[in-house]
Amino acid sequence: MSEANLPFIGAILLTVVGGAAVLTWFERRLLGIWQDRYGPNRLGPFGILQVAADMLKLLTKHDWIPPFADRFVFVIAPTAIVISMLMAFAVVPFGPNHYLIDMNVGLLFFLAMSSLAVYSVMLGGLASNNKYALLGGLRAAAQMVSYEVFMGLSLMGVVMLSGSFSLVDIVESQKDGWYFIPQFLGLYVFIIAGIAESHRLPFDLPEAEHELTAGFHTEYGGMKFTMFMLGEYCGLILLSCMITTLFFGGWLGPFLPPLVWFALKTFGFICFFILLRAAIPRPRYDQLMALGWTVMLPITLINLVATGAIALWMNQA
Amino acid sequence: MTLALFYIAGAIALAATGIALTRVNAIHALIYLVVSLLAVAFIFFLLGAPFAAVLEIVIYAGAIMVLFVFVIMMLNLGNRGTVVEQEMMNPSVWIIPSLLCLILLIELSLSIASLKSETNPIVVSAKEIGISLFGPYVLAVEIASMLLLAGLVAANHIGRRLSKMDQEKDEG
Repeated sequence: MSEANLPFIGAILLTVVGGAAVLTWFERRLLGIWQDRYGPNRLGPFGILQVAADMLKLLTKHDWIPPFADRFVFVIAPTAIVISMLMAFAVVPFGPNHYLIDMNVGLLFFLAMSSLAVYSVMLGGLASNNKYALLGGLRAAAQMVSYEVFMGLSLMGVVMLSGSFSLVDIVESQKDGWYFIPQFLGLYVFIIAGIAESHRLPFDLPEAEHELTAGFHTEYGGMKFTMFMLGEYCGLILLSCMITTLFFGGWLGPFLPPLVWFALKTFGFICFFILLRAAIPRPRYDQLMALGWTVMLPITLINLVATGAIALWMNQA
Repeated sequence: MTLALFYIAGAIALAATGIALTRVNAIHALIYLVVSLLAVAFIFFLLGAPFAAVLEIVIYAGAIMVLFVFVIMMLNLGNRGTVVEQEMMNPSVWIIPSLLCLILLIELSLSIASLKSETNPIVVSAKEIGISLFGPYVLAVEIASMLLLAGLVAANHIGRRLSKMDQEKDEG
C-alpha cells in the first residue's frame, strides 16, 4: 500500500459510511412507498435531513454502560462488526483500476472478514448479562455459523468457472457472460445466506423485537448502538457489492463508465434487499435452521458437483 | 519494512497468548486468543502464504473460537466460572508446564539458529496447495475426512439417543 492510495481509502470509507447513514433514511422512505405511506418526509428536501437529525440524536445520547455488564467485552463488541465490514471493502473491485488491493485470495478474505463479524453480535449479547440479549446472541451464533458454510460453498462454483480467488480476475472472466446464468443455484443460496449473515429482516431472529425485545443489543444505546447499526448497513452494502462482483459482472457493461455500472448494479441490489424486508414475513427460528441444513446444503452440494463435472467436461472437449 | 511488521505481529501474538493464559474470565481469555490467532495469520501472510493466512482466520478465529464462545454462552456460568478459575490459578500448577515449555523453547531456538534464513520467501498460491493436498498428501486428506465423518456419525448418534430418551420420559 503506497501513500498515493490514502485519498482512495478515504473516499471508500466516506462513501461506505455515508452511504450507510443515508440508507437508514432511504430504507424507511422506500418501505413507506411500498406500504402505501410516506415515511420520514418532513426535514429538508424529501426528508433527507432526517439522517442528520438521527445522527445528532444517537451520537449525543448518554453513553451508558449497565453496571451488571462485563465492561471490557461490552465496549469492544460493537467495534468488531464495523472494522471487519469496512476491512472487507479493501478487496472489492469498483472498476478496472479502482480497487485497493487485488489479492490472490480476495474472495476468501471477504469470507474471513464476514466470519469475524459474528463476534460482535455474540459478545454483545453475552456481555450485556441480560436474558434477552443472551438468547439473541445464541441465535446469532448458531445462525451465522451455519449459514457461513453455505455462503462459502455457494461461491465455489464461481471460483471453479473463473479459476481464481481474485475478485478482479473473477470480474474479467465474466466478459463472455455473467455468472448469474450458469450459477443461478449459487446466486440463490448466496443471497439467502447473505441475508442470514447480515441478520437483516426477514432473518433478523437474533434481534426479533416481537419476542426478544431487541435481542443482542437490548442493553445498547447511543454511540455503541449506532456502531451495530452502522456495521449492519455496511454489511448490506458489502453484500450488494459482492453479488454485483461475483454474479453480475462487476463493473462490466456497455456505454456507461465502469464505476457508474458498478454503482447502479449495487444500488439495485440494495433496493432488492429492502424490498425483501417489506415483502417476506419472518420464519420461526427452527424453520430458519431447518431450511439451512435440509435445503441450502443439498442445493450447494449439487451445484458444486454439477459445476465441477461440467467444467471438467468442457476442458476435455 | 516487512521485518518490522513481522516482529510487531510476533510480539502481539506472544503478548496476546500470554494474557489469554492468565485471564480468569473465560470470555476475556478467548478474545485475547482470537487476537493471537489474527496475529499469527498476519505472520503467515507476511511469509508468503496468504491462503494459509486466510484459512487461519476463517477456520480458527471465525469458526472454532466462535463455537467456544457459543458453548460458554450455552453454559452461562457467570461468576462461578471465574471463581473456579481463580482457584486453579495458584502458582504450583504452573511449574511443570512452564518447565516443559522452556525445554521446547530451547530446542526450537537451537534448531532455528542452525537454519539458514530465507530472504526471499516464495508466495504459495491456492493452486499449489490444492495440487499438493490431492497429490502427495492425499492419504492424509482422506484420513482427516474419515475422522470428521466418524465425529459426525458419533454426534448424530448421541443426539438421536437423547431425543428418544426424552420422548420416553415424556410418555412415561
